[in-house]
Amino acid sequence: MSSAAIDAAVPALAAPSAPGHRRLAHRPGLPLRRLALRAGALGLGLLGWHLAASHRLDLGLVTFRNVPAPLDVARALSALVQSPKLGAHIGASLGRVLGGFLVALAAGVGLGLAIGRSRTARDLLLPPLEVLRPIPAVAWIPLAILMFPSSELSMVFITFTGALFPILLNTVHGAEGVSPRLVASARSLGARRWAILREVVIPSAAQSIVTGAAIGMGTAWFCLVTAEMISGQYGIGYFTWEAYTLQNYDDIVVGMLLIGLLGMGSSALVRAAGRLAMPWTRAGIRS
Amino acid sequence: MSTLATSAARAGRIELADVAIRLGQGEAAFDVVESVRLAIPARQFVCLLGPSGCGKSTLLGALAGHLAPSRGRVSLDGETVAGPDPERGIVFQQHTLLPWKRVIENVAFGPKMRGLPKAERLARARAFLALVGLEDFAERYPDELSGGMQQRVEIARVLINEPRVLLMDEPFGALDAQTRLMMQEMLLDLWTRLPTTVLFVTHDIDEALFLGDRVLVMSSRPGRILEDIPLGFPRPRGRDLVTDPAFIDLKRRCLGLLRPRDGKPPLPRLSPLGLPGAGAGAA
Repeated sequence: MSSAAIDAAVPALAAPSAPGHRRLAHRPGLPLRRLALRAGALGLGLLGWHLAASHRLDLGLVTFRNVPAPLDVARALSALVQSPKLGAHIGASLGRVLGGFLVALAAGVGLGLAIGRSRTARDLLLPPLEVLRPIPAVAWIPLAILMFPSSELSMVFITFTGALFPILLNTVHGAEGVSPRLVASARSLGARRWAILREVVIPSAAQSIVTGAAIGMGTAWFCLVTAEMISGQYGIGYFTWEAYTLQNYDDIVVGMLLIGLLGMGSSALVRAAGRLAMPWTRAGIRS
Repeated sequence: MSTLATSAARAGRIELADVAIRLGQGEAAFDVVESVRLAIPARQFVCLLGPSGCGKSTLLGALAGHLAPSRGRVSLDGETVAGPDPERGIVFQQHTLLPWKRVIENVAFGPKMRGLPKAERLARARAFLALVGLEDFAERYPDELSGGMQQRVEIARVLINEPRVLLMDEPFGALDAQTRLMMQEMLLDLWTRLPTTVLFVTHDIDEALFLGDRVLVMSSRPGRILEDIPLGFPRPRGRDLVTDPAFIDLKRRCLGLLRPRDGKPPLPRLSPLGLPGAGAGAA
């Protein structure tokens, strides 16, 4: 074979287009101005809350007369932080949310891929799931107690119902959106059914799956208070619900804030894990 | 380069016997091509030239196994085509590289599907990347490359499977003129080194005449083959060929055949996968 011709031609071919390629650009940190804006917004919210609560603001339709002020809440929080119970509360809640979330992730991704890629699976699975979807977590409590041997499992089940549907629907959406051209070309390269699922469909749907998982993590926390209504002892949701039944208003807000923060943090962790798992989506690369 | 062309002796004879292809469903169905008869000997470079929407890409799709003919038979070396196969590699106008795989892993995709061990398939992929001049871009992601480079990776990814037939659907149609000329020359170089039967769809007359051993000119829809023009230009071919009087004569002849339909707007482009939105079947 005469290779001289192409060996000479090839570098010349490579050269002209080389400057045109895009480099991986790392996302610059948020500028100070925007960080300041964000901190300011939080500060303003706190200030508004403080003013409304300390002046016992009554707008007729909504009243702040019984709403604890930020400082009272801070005192209640510091009391909780110093008590040995905080770790037990958070630990119990984290376990339930994580358990429900992981089962929902496995079920949601599995069912979602099947529904998104197979008409039969869609016809079989989607109607019952659509019936179950609008049922709120609180309505599941009695059945959850009846269906599971321990209240711990019932609580995990309720956070699972919260996390399942966002993950499922986003996975379906991602699996349906796979480019038929990519599938066709993979088949022409020798990929069969399972290889296409593994090499084309799942990576292609990955972005949607991560979005669904981050939302699902949030909705799992969302259902935590409901789930821990049946708890006997520990959990942030239980703490919040108990504070309500005991009319301990400061602690209600402490519980609410803790759930909010933990939910936000764990959703961010899910997104960060997603970015690690999908290096091709990092800033600077279109996907 | 003997490591690359281990099956140079294999055939690649294409036959289309009275092939018709219908697209669309029910009332909206229409014939894209009707009664195409065609034989292409092994290792011939054939260009399929025709107006937009005439069904040349559809014909390519049938050869690739992504579309089933409604009548007739498509065969390769006597075997009826019944679905996609790495023996019949296809390159689309827009690249179909997997965005989540690095360039090297994209090229190694076919060998991976065949179960070749990792070290072996990566070494092989590196050799094919070198063949298209992109060994320095092995660790990039496809979206970091220019359009011309993406198509070169695509070609390497198809050739690594040692296809008997290389099907190309306006592969350089989306590139700028300069890059397109370089890609044409690179393709001819590759083809002399790794001989396969090539069926190259284009609507660019210069491109068809410059590349092919033979040009098939198709009519507007429903597509039929109007003319079968053998091209005797000696190889290797250089750019000065396009100013050769014989080349210009043939170009005039093709222009006459491709004269637009009187006043009617051009048809939308079809794809080797059928109608837009129809998909190619679920995984």
